[in-house]
Amino acid sequence: MIRKLAISSAALAVMTGAPALAQDIAVKLGVLNDRSGIYADLSGEGSVVAARMAVEDFKAADKGMNVEIISADHQNKPDIGSNIARQWYDVDGVNAILDVPTSSVALAVADITTEKNGVLIDSGAGSTSLTREQCRPTTIHWTYDTAALATGTGAAMTMAGGKKWFFLTADYAFGHSLEENTARVVKDNGGEVVGQVNVPFPAQDFSSFLLQAQGSGADVIGLANAGGDTVNAIKQASEFGITQAGQKLAALLFFVTDVHALGAQTAQGLSLTEAFYWDQNDDTRAWSKRFMDTHGAQPTMVQAGVYSGTMAYLAAVEAVGSADDGKAVAAKMKEMEFNDPLFGKVTVRGDGRAIHDMYLFEVKSPDQSEGEWDLYNQISSITGEEAFLPMLDECDFTKK
Amino acid sequence: MFELLGIAPQVLLGQLLLGLINGSFYAVLSLGLAVIFGLLNIINFAHGALYMAGAFVAWMLLNYLGIGYWPALILAPLIVGAFGIVLERTMLSRLYHLDHLYGLLLTFGLALIIQGLFRNYYGISGLPYRIPDLLSGGHNLGFMFLPNYRAWVVVASVLVCFGTWFMIEKTRLGAYLRAATENPTLVGAFGVNVPLMIMLTYGFGVALAGFAGVLAAPIYSVNPTMGEQLIIVVFAVVVIGGMGSIMGAILTGYMLGIIEGLTRVFYPEGSAVVIFVIMAIVLMIKPEGLFGRPA
Repeated sequence: MIRKLAISSAALAVMTGAPALAQDIAVKLGVLNDRSGIYADLSGEGSVVAARMAVEDFKAADKGMNVEIISADHQNKPDIGSNIARQWYDVDGVNAILDVPTSSVALAVADITTEKNGVLIDSGAGSTSLTREQCRPTTIHWTYDTAALATGTGAAMTMAGGKKWFFLTADYAFGHSLEENTARVVKDNGGEVVGQVNVPFPAQDFSSFLLQAQGSGADVIGLANAGGDTVNAIKQASEFGITQAGQKLAALLFFVTDVHALGAQTAQGLSLTEAFYWDQNDDTRAWSKRFMDTHGAQPTMVQAGVYSGTMAYLAAVEAVGSADDGKAVAAKMKEMEFNDPLFGKVTVRGDGRAIHDMYLFEVKSPDQSEGEWDLYNQISSITGEEAFLPMLDECDFTKK
Repeated sequence: MFELLGIAPQVLLGQLLLGLINGSFYAVLSLGLAVIFGLLNIINFAHGALYMAGAFVAWMLLNYLGIGYWPALILAPLIVGAFGIVLERTMLSRLYHLDHLYGLLLTFGLALIIQGLFRNYYGISGLPYRIPDLLSGGHNLGFMFLPNYRAWVVVASVLVCFGTWFMIEKTRLGAYLRAATENPTLVGAFGVNVPLMIMLTYGFGVALAGFAGVLAAPIYSVNPTMGEQLIIVVFAVVVIGGMGSIMGAILTGYMLGIIEGLTRVFYPEGSAVVIFVIMAIVLMIKPEGLFGRPA
């Protein structure tokens, strides 16, 4: 029913000449993320704030677009996320779903989005499967993926002399894929993996595992985990004098809110890769100040990615003249080139992978840091072509 | 020298010591649970949330009032204990004549509410809490680097655990308490204020959780979910030790910490479940727990 309606309204839009109808384009966006669990600080309400700011900055109202934003908590559970997505598409008339951290939920929502001809602009999830094994024509993966993080941090640290790696791996699919991606990059750059240990998830105490890593004689301890696990591992590595003794820690998935939680004292010297940091240039500072005023914390790259992705989506909807045909909007996004104050130049590949620069940061020491959020020094930037995996031919939807 | 299953003795010693440190938290927490269960017959599911509250109170004292770690070590348990007394007076005291299950459900609900409130106001990423200057740094023991703070955790927990055991098992006050659990009416007839004693006992048990929370604050991230992850393990410890057995809870806490530490070397994937496997075995062989009296 909805599908028929979508097709017929798309047909109507084509018949009557799309741009002329720009005066009454209705768009409904759904921000689906974790609003109460471990990813609530890095996505959560902040992502909704970011989406609202995008609608404001796009001047949607002036362009005759009536944009509405709704949000929900998927609790990091694929079944709950799927139910909300179905209801949003079927009952509430949502055109696009934004954010969706937690890869398992994102993959489930990606399937439903294709079935219902919506668009999924994923900012929060890390799995490369979204644009590879499980690529879909209506999936756009905006901010980062595990491969990009591995390339950024893994390659940079190996080239800087960290040849021997030991991994502390969260014992579930995400952790293993992060370890695998990073190990590959390490070996490609002339390094070796001297050991690894599978840590049950979630864990509070990492001291045993850290001592095993210390005993291995590795130069770098790769933390293939996320959130509270990474925070605890870093805190305890500092406590047990591991970082002071010269071994380096590589956080393979870490956000500015996590560094903030640790404080510069404990996190100093840590290397990490992100797509965005609030203090990069005047544009990011100005935007982040507005964000901070509303939300009370600095934006993470996931929240900034929701902003950037929403801007791009709205531009594509304007160009198509309607938000009803998700496939057409996604295809349009792949033809366009975007430039926004946060991510700079962004293009979207045929497989839905958004290509933009990534950055390698190092956490400042307490005497360098001038405020609670003054946390990173930028070490280098990595071009999108280097950072992300090459496209698989069967996922190039521009050719189909 | 000798090698055990390919593990060097230094590594083994290090892991034993780490196990003992983790066991310290299990011991203090399971002790509180055992005291509350032994004397009040309440299965206190809010224990994890109150442990978390202890860590948060320490953080608040530091950040809002500028009160450091050492005073917080006394103040935070007092504040958490006082809060516990309020809970006992207003809610728990109405459930004593009912089945255990009601107390469990009530405290479980309270745990969710307390945790939800902290999550709402302080977010989920956690808050930093520094190791006090006096205890920062550490010593190289030859087989491992032992942070001073961890050594302090073991000392503090041993003192508190055995102090509590001594008070309950060896003093006159402890004798009143034990008598009051056996027969509250008779003890009341001798002029002892039984409701007051029970109230203070709950406050004390809960204060122990708050104390463990302050001990944990500098090591783990001060985080609304920190208690949720620990409480299930601690319940398993209490079940293994024998519900209500004070010494059982303490010894089992340390012992299981060590066993868990060794599992992390030999089979790290199993370290999250080893305690529950032991619990299942103990329940099959000795259902009343290692130190419990047959019911």
